[in-house]
Amino acid sequence: MRAPDTILPLTIEGLGFARDGQPILSGVSFIIDAGPPSIIIGPNGAGKSVLLRLLHGLLVPSAGTIQWSGIADPRPRQAMVFQRPVLLRRSVLANATCPLALAGLSRAEQLARAHAALELVGLAALADRPARSLSGGEQQRLALGRAAALRPEILFLDEPCASLDPAATQAVEAIIARLATAGTKIVMTTHDLAQARRLAGEALFLHRGRLLEQSPAARFFTDPATSEAAAFLAGALVW
Amino acid sequence: MNDVNAAFAAAAGLIVDADPAVLGIVMLSLQVSVCAVAIAAVIGLSLGALLAVTRFPGRGAVVVALNALMGLPPVVCGLLVYLLLSRSGPLGQWGLLFTPSAMIFAQAVLIAPILAALTRQVLESYWEEYAEQLRSFGAGPCRAVPTLLWDGRFALLTVLLAGFGRASAEVGAVMIVGGNIEGYTRVMTTAIALETSKGDLPLALALGIVLMAIVLGVNAAAHALRGNATRWAG
Repeated sequence: MRAPDTILPLTIEGLGFARDGQPILSGVSFIIDAGPPSIIIGPNGAGKSVLLRLLHGLLVPSAGTIQWSGIADPRPRQAMVFQRPVLLRRSVLANATCPLALAGLSRAEQLARAHAALELVGLAALADRPARSLSGGEQQRLALGRAAALRPEILFLDEPCASLDPAATQAVEAIIARLATAGTKIVMTTHDLAQARRLAGEALFLHRGRLLEQSPAARFFTDPATSEAAAFLAGALVW
Repeated sequence: MNDVNAAFAAAAGLIVDADPAVLGIVMLSLQVSVCAVAIAAVIGLSLGALLAVTRFPGRGAVVVALNALMGLPPVVCGLLVYLLLSRSGPLGQWGLLFTPSAMIFAQAVLIAPILAALTRQVLESYWEEYAEQLRSFGAGPCRAVPTLLWDGRFALLTVLLAGFGRASAEVGAVMIVGGNIEGYTRVMTTAIALETSKGDLPLALALGIVLMAIVLGVNAAAHALRGNATRWAG
């Protein structure tokens, strides 16, 4: 049974985006529904980050529609973590409470959720440290915890491990997997195929601003439908 | 040379004995400048923050004008406030001319643009960094202002101290609108100017030493704050 106030599925039709007259995305149509993580993969410059920003409402499409379901305001039901975490010049704990305060939650609720989020990402012991003194991996975990504290129905992750070492990547992936298991819909971009294999429920292959394929991960990684995807999986240079 | 030495000795005596005349002048100076900074802070910080997060036609001109006003000569500021507050001026019925309130008014006018311009500079760089993340949290430019002000707290305290330094050290504006009336509107800078021209060097020197000590203290505080700011800015 689907909860009546869900904002999923998300229906994208004919989505296009151009910057300074240069098309970055065109004719992108797909549907994202609740379930295991949807991983958007593709080479650098394929338009992955722009696609996430369009879905999250940070950019305005130049063509097409982004349609959320249900009657609920989709805005507070989604969160996003960026490639380079933007941490406020405050303590770790205050970074976690800030978005909750902006969302209008009571102080008690803010603290309860923030502490739980720091526990989830393993930063409870560092709650009083200046957030910007954390290591790169800790910063990204804080950004994830901060987004999770908003209890989003859908969480957009833009290359969250792009600048992290293997250990930090593993820690971040573990958190993502836990959030996904707990029912948060993950939509994540990556150009790291191994990571995509580890996390993906379904794969969306983006190439030169076009969506070439959307298929269950099991099928995509063994039997891709397009030659471009096959070449990308084989490690060939595609652009 | 002996005169100078004698003057320094007498000045030190005035400070050590906490001479009531010196004390009164110092207290009024602090009172006027602190009040002026408080008023200018309310206007300057909000104006600077709004300017940092908004984009509108003519914004560049406003920024240039604010930056130019940072160099507003105190005597010109004093003259303008004098015209405003004089009997026949638009605010003449308030009867503020030659009162401490007029001096606070003039110093606030003098430093509000400085606070606004420096606040704009500090917060604009923060906004460039934060804008996308704060929009993701559902906060547009106006709701982001309190967040930016809080994150800039250490840098902005330095800005306020710079404003206080400017206010407490200026002489032209308070001289014109205060009138340097003994025991009423006489502050450190105007007293130094007057006593020097009268030849009462010990009093002028004593006040000069106190003024230097205050400016030094403010700068030491600003330096300490900057260390704290880097700790949090990471």
